[in-house]
Amino acid sequence: MSNLLEVSGVSVSFDGFKAINNLTFQIGSTEMRAVIGPNGAGKTTFMDILTGKTKPDEGHVYWGDKPVSLLSMSESQIARAGVGRKFQRPTVFEDQSVQENLMLALKNNRGPLAVLRFHPSRRDHEQVAKLADEIGLAKVMSRKAGELSHGQKQWLEIGMLLAQDPRLLLVDEPAAGMTPAEREHTTEILVEAAKTRAVVVVEHDMEFVRRLNCKVTVLHEGSVLAEGSLDHVTRNEKVIEVYLGR
Amino acid sequence: MVDITSAGAPTRKPFVMRYPSVAIFLAILSLFTICVTVLGEGFGIGVVSTSFIKTLGKTLCLCLAALAMDLVWGYTGILSLGHMAFFGIGGYAIGMWLMYARTEVIVRESLSAAALPPTPQEISDGIATQIFGVVGASEFPPVWALAHSLPLQMAAIVIVPGLLALVFGWLAFRSRVTGVYLSILTQAMTLALSLYLFQNDSGLRGNNGLSGLQNLPGLEAVPQSQISILFFWASALALGLGYLLCAWVVSGKFGSVMRAIRDDESRVRFLGYSVEAYKLFVFSFTAVICGIAGALYYPQAGIINPAEVAPIASIYLAVWVAIGGRGRLYGAVIGAAFVSLLSTWFTGGQAPDVSLGFFTIQWVDWWTILLGLSFVAVTLFAPKGIGGLIDRFTEHRSPERHGADLGPDAGALREKEALE
Amino acid sequence: MLFMIQRALLLLIILMAPTLVSAQSADAPIQLILQSHSEAIVKSSRKTIGPAIDALAQSGLPEAQVVLERWQAKEMWVNKESGLFVFAVKANGGLQTFDVSDNSETGIADKKTFKQLKPNSGIRSMIAAALVQFQLNDPIPENRQTALTAIERDAQPSHLIALRGSLEGEEDPAIRLRKTRLERLLTIRFDEDEAARISAIEGFDGDLSVEVRAALNPLIATEIQVGEVVPEGSIPVEVGSDELTESQAYSFLVENELAPATVSPQAVKETLIANIEGTAVAGIQVATLDDVAARETAYKLLAQQGLADPLVTNAQKAAEIEKHQFFRTYVGASLPVALAAQAALDNIETQVALNRTADLILDALSLGSIYFLAAIGLAITFGVMGVINMAHGEFIMMGAYTGYVVQLFIPDFTISILVAIPSAFLVTFSAGVAMERLVIRWLYHRPLETLLATFGVSIALQQLAKNIFGTQARPLTAPAWLDGSFVINDIVSISYIRIAIFVLALIFLALFLFVMNRTRMGLEVRAVTQNPRMAASMGINPDKINMLTFGFGSGIAGIAGVAIGLYAKVTSEMGSDYIVQSFMTVVVGGVGNIWGTLLGATMVGTLQKGIEWLNPSNTLAAQTYMILFIILFIQFRPRGIIALKGRAAEV
Repeated sequence: MSNLLEVSGVSVSFDGFKAINNLTFQIGSTEMRAVIGPNGAGKTTFMDILTGKTKPDEGHVYWGDKPVSLLSMSESQIARAGVGRKFQRPTVFEDQSVQENLMLALKNNRGPLAVLRFHPSRRDHEQVAKLADEIGLAKVMSRKAGELSHGQKQWLEIGMLLAQDPRLLLVDEPAAGMTPAEREHTTEILVEAAKTRAVVVVEHDMEFVRRLNCKVTVLHEGSVLAEGSLDHVTRNEKVIEVYLGR
Repeated sequence: MVDITSAGAPTRKPFVMRYPSVAIFLAILSLFTICVTVLGEGFGIGVVSTSFIKTLGKTLCLCLAALAMDLVWGYTGILSLGHMAFFGIGGYAIGMWLMYARTEVIVRESLSAAALPPTPQEISDGIATQIFGVVGASEFPPVWALAHSLPLQMAAIVIVPGLLALVFGWLAFRSRVTGVYLSILTQAMTLALSLYLFQNDSGLRGNNGLSGLQNLPGLEAVPQSQISILFFWASALALGLGYLLCAWVVSGKFGSVMRAIRDDESRVRFLGYSVEAYKLFVFSFTAVICGIAGALYYPQAGIINPAEVAPIASIYLAVWVAIGGRGRLYGAVIGAAFVSLLSTWFTGGQAPDVSLGFFTIQWVDWWTILLGLSFVAVTLFAPKGIGGLIDRFTEHRSPERHGADLGPDAGALREKEALE
Repeated sequence: MLFMIQRALLLLIILMAPTLVSAQSADAPIQLILQSHSEAIVKSSRKTIGPAIDALAQSGLPEAQVVLERWQAKEMWVNKESGLFVFAVKANGGLQTFDVSDNSETGIADKKTFKQLKPNSGIRSMIAAALVQFQLNDPIPENRQTALTAIERDAQPSHLIALRGSLEGEEDPAIRLRKTRLERLLTIRFDEDEAARISAIEGFDGDLSVEVRAALNPLIATEIQVGEVVPEGSIPVEVGSDELTESQAYSFLVENELAPATVSPQAVKETLIANIEGTAVAGIQVATLDDVAARETAYKLLAQQGLADPLVTNAQKAAEIEKHQFFRTYVGASLPVALAAQAALDNIETQVALNRTADLILDALSLGSIYFLAAIGLAITFGVMGVINMAHGEFIMMGAYTGYVVQLFIPDFTISILVAIPSAFLVTFSAGVAMERLVIRWLYHRPLETLLATFGVSIALQQLAKNIFGTQARPLTAPAWLDGSFVINDIVSISYIRIAIFVLALIFLALFLFVMNRTRMGLEVRAVTQNPRMAASMGINPDKINMLTFGFGSGIAGIAGVAIGLYAKVTSEMGSDYIVQSFMTVVVGGVGNIWGTLLGATMVGTLQKGIEWLNPSNTLAAQTYMILFIILFIQFRPRGIIALKGRAAEV
């Protein structure tokens, strides 16, 4: 299986503090991966590097079938290349309707002139309707996102992520603040998504990770501590020390 | 606020029909134009004086500039303190041709009496001496190279502000200068431009500015009362078309991206939109609108000088939009018309003095203080501005934002629970 | 009546006497000199008097000084018959005369037999110049100093000899030093001996004073000349260079009558007009003469008919220029002297450039400290609290007006400044607190709205000041001990007021650092700005801290206003002159860091002075280019010189 993303030897430090230290990471083009680690392990910084928000001090990040470096690309270029990110805190455009939010995320030409002339086709409308159905927001399409509940906003954001149709999904704590039933549904969506694309889930909740049933990478102090199935890594002594020894 | 029907039926009604506020605005504007024409001296019964028609025409141009400001600030969240600079540049561009052509007529007339017919050089020297005598020069500076040609100067009205905005915007947005930093930077740009124009060797007559712009070359026979009406029509047409264009831009997906940038620009970036390109587009597009508005304004004002370009003018533009209600196009128009007409009334000495017994308030002196304080009051107590009043009469109600920011620095309707 | 007759008789007796008594020393050397120039002296014309004065001054006779002094005082008379000169004063209707050689009394004479010499002011000043050399040896040191000053002001070749003569006997070391220096300077200017001049020139190597440069500069004066060949020691000049354009070269030839004069377009036009016959000139219709080429064709036809001077074509001009050599020649002095002067001046120029740089740096520092003063309040409100206050400039203005009002009540400038500083702080502190409570507190985390609301306050305050104090500038006078400058040499100097502002800036820096890093309040301020919620839970009242911090920043702006008012004018618009630069200073330096503000102020000040130096005539241009530079600078360091990194920067 060829790798979609290859991170090698990446380090970044803020004012002398090494947030990421010689990190190496790969993921295949249709793979689900959970990233766990204690607070301050560098999970968020890792995602920041992948999405172009933070530039590393050293190391390489290669992307795609014909590998290109992500480091020379801007955030929007990386997003257009097919990296989608869901933030910890739901960030949807609260002044706009659910419909507009989804239409904004829907995969289409992102150039200003194309957007200026853009008129949604029947296909676009159908796709938005389908997505809304999937995330359970079909009835509130014309409501402003700001009027939705916290959980609904989480769903909307997942919907926007799917609308982007990315090749790599970066999901930061998707299940936070959800009811058990909703978690179930989220798991289904993610597992379904991982069949056609790569999905990286950052999560604290071990139960949720177990349900994803995938390979797990444990981060600690900015580098990979252990990798393998959940059972494998939870038996790892170093992991136990990091999680319990504090 | 334009209303986007959400059912998603791709049936296409005419644009104006889909957005009733646009239709209402255009109807009111046409009605107003007809009324003014009928009441004016030029073609009507002469109830309204020519100077007041000029004031109204100028106000329409200011409304157009305010529209542009609303697009860039109210919709995209860039508080530009430089758009009146673009307005001024438009004025200078048309002013150069007006002054050149008008002086050329005079010089040709005076030289026609000479024994030999004048050479092109003699005519050009004569014009230069006439125009630049006040700053002690008698040669055309390079910036006047195109002043003889109306089409080229007309092109300059669009190209110069657009290009300046493009270069400045590219520099500023590329380095991710946002929020108040960008405001200060645009203010600095405006200050630099006005200081430059204040110099005599800028080639634009220093602090004398360009004058006599109300005299249109070739139309000497037409009385000012008719010219003022013609300019009023042109201004109304420009405002109408500008409104239609702006409404079209903000109504579609482009408007959606603009508002998204205003509320959370980094999120827009992660959706794959090049935020810088959008900002640059909006910044330059609005600069061009301002340039056109300025080119219509100054022939009605008759004179332009560097003080018109000073940073304070751009801040007033923001004030109008804020008072009218940003994030809605008609708000900007209402704000600009209301405040600038009120300001003319107060500073023109027409407002009656208020006697407090021990002290008499003369509005010429106290109007600015009233404006400043009422501006503070609007910011604090009525962030939606005058437009907020209109919401009360329409069914459409945007969600109560509790005065939350419309800027990119703190997302709109921030979720309180998420912050805990 | 009787008395009158007595007087008349007495007079008669007296009048008879002098002719007898006057054993006039007609052959005294001084009298001989006077006699030899008698005609010129009596004629008393500025044009011809020179030799007479010189003869007296250079006679070496001690009595010459007295003669000159009394002549200058219009106390010298000439006997109409004998032509002899005497000193005389009017006395009792007659004339008390004295001998010119020893100033001895020679009796009373009839006024009518003498004619008073009345030198006009021009001649009197020439006499004064001649007198200088005598004053150089005056026993009173002050008079010698005065004489030296007079020579410095208007030196004559004769002074050189006198100065050399007086050097020997000079005992006062300070005056001797001054005389020696002046003698060297005069040697450069007037000595006939080239070797002496050159050695004097070399003696001043590296001297920065203005008078040395003034003495040397005329020596290296050059002039463009024209000839067949370039003489030795002259520098050839290329025609067509900036130094000498082709048209300049040709008009130079015309001036020297080496080439025929050109016919100007104006002259062409006039000649054509003069030769109009009916509707044509030389057979060409007047109506077609609307461009230069047509006019020249017509003119050439006239020239062929002999009705006009021939037109000089460009080819002819070029040929004429080609025939001649243009060169620069030293005209101020002979070649060796000029070269020595050039070498010395070059050397001095290097020194001058170094010192100018030092002076420029001082200027830049003082401008920087003004910007720092203006910006430090902003560094607190904007940098630390993140509140953008567009009315900051108006707080500076309020401080300055407070100073002005205090001076209205306290006439003593020293005391009034000492009172004004704390009062300005109090006034602006209160204004700041009021504004924070009434406006800003409601707008935290909404920076764009804060910007606009404080702008509203700003225009209101500005207009209020205009209504109260009027539009004209008000004075804020510095105490007398701040007048004048600290002078290091002729180039480097700095006014005390700027030093005071510099010191004040340093004091503010120290105060800021002390308050923020060493006091409870500073700790609480930092706590509140970093995490208000956490600070509140630890018993700090964020409201109070915000209010006090804002007040503190505004108060400092008030004090800055007093300082700036001393240096610049106090007007209602003075705040807006500084607001953009102040924000620039804070932004360029890096928000949230006082050292950054310091660096930013220094950079902005240096930049502005540097650009002004490049283009000294135009301070507006300097400001324009400085702002453009800052806009570009922000491209490369968007977060300023001292930038916060990592997550802290994103707050």
